[in-house]
Amino acid sequence: MQTPMKRVRGLGSAKSGTEHFWMQRLTALALIPLGLWFVYSIVTLAGADHDSVVAWMRHPVRATLLALFAATAFYHSKLGLQVVFEDYVHTGWLKFTALILNNFIHVLLGAAAVISVLRVAFGD
Amino acid sequence: MTASNNPASGGYQTDSPRFDRPLSPHLQVYRWQITMLTSILHRATGIVLSVGALLLTCWLVAVAIGGEHYARVAAIITHPAGQAFLFLWSIAFFYHFANGIRHLLWDAGWGFEIKRMYASGYTVFAFVVAATAITWWLAWDKIGGGA
Repeated sequence: MQTPMKRVRGLGSAKSGTEHFWMQRLTALALIPLGLWFVYSIVTLAGADHDSVVAWMRHPVRATLLALFAATAFYHSKLGLQVVFEDYVHTGWLKFTALILNNFIHVLLGAAAVISVLRVAFGD
Repeated sequence: MTASNNPASGGYQTDSPRFDRPLSPHLQVYRWQITMLTSILHRATGIVLSVGALLLTCWLVAVAIGGEHYARVAAIITHPAGQAFLFLWSIAFFYHFANGIRHLLWDAGWGFEIKRMYASGYTVFAFVVAATAITWWLAWDKIGGGA
């Protein structure tokens, strides 16, 4: 039964309500400008050597946008692949394993990406 | 033992008229149409972009470490196979980007009419072709120009 309180909190039987749906849209919205900027940046970096890439990445605004792009993209990717696993993997333990690995790998890759950007930005 | 509690039937009543009902039509039954194609491509390109994200992390880590590590990742990216993947990735990006905006507009309640849905679908394909062409023309122009 839907009590008024339940409706207000927006939580259904899954207890997390519309969080997945909402975060997928919110990250999508953020990735419109961040994604365009990223592709533009990659094009300007085409053929650049290591020193030029480092010099480019050390700029605080670029480092900020790059770290935000990576973090948002990995969050969005995690949510998207989660739905793919939920839709196509029907064996209980395999689905469970896939969903846990999906979380771990995305956090791992996202953290490595952000920390690498920060390492270059704050580097010697 | 009645049919309804026979374990072989999985607890379902196999002799019930329920089982004569038509099943939900599956993929191979449908005629291909742009609404279906754009939906499938959105998921497929999303998966390609996730694979590309792995390459993004490799590249960023390599930039941070520098030296031989960077040279190795740069060699993978500039290799014809790496360039082919980047080309595929850029198509996937522009498709997922444009069709994602289409999805956000639907979420906002715009464009559900059949006519608009088809028009926006074709617009997405046109955008992908134009954006991919411009991006690679600029990138190759930059490399060719000795940047």
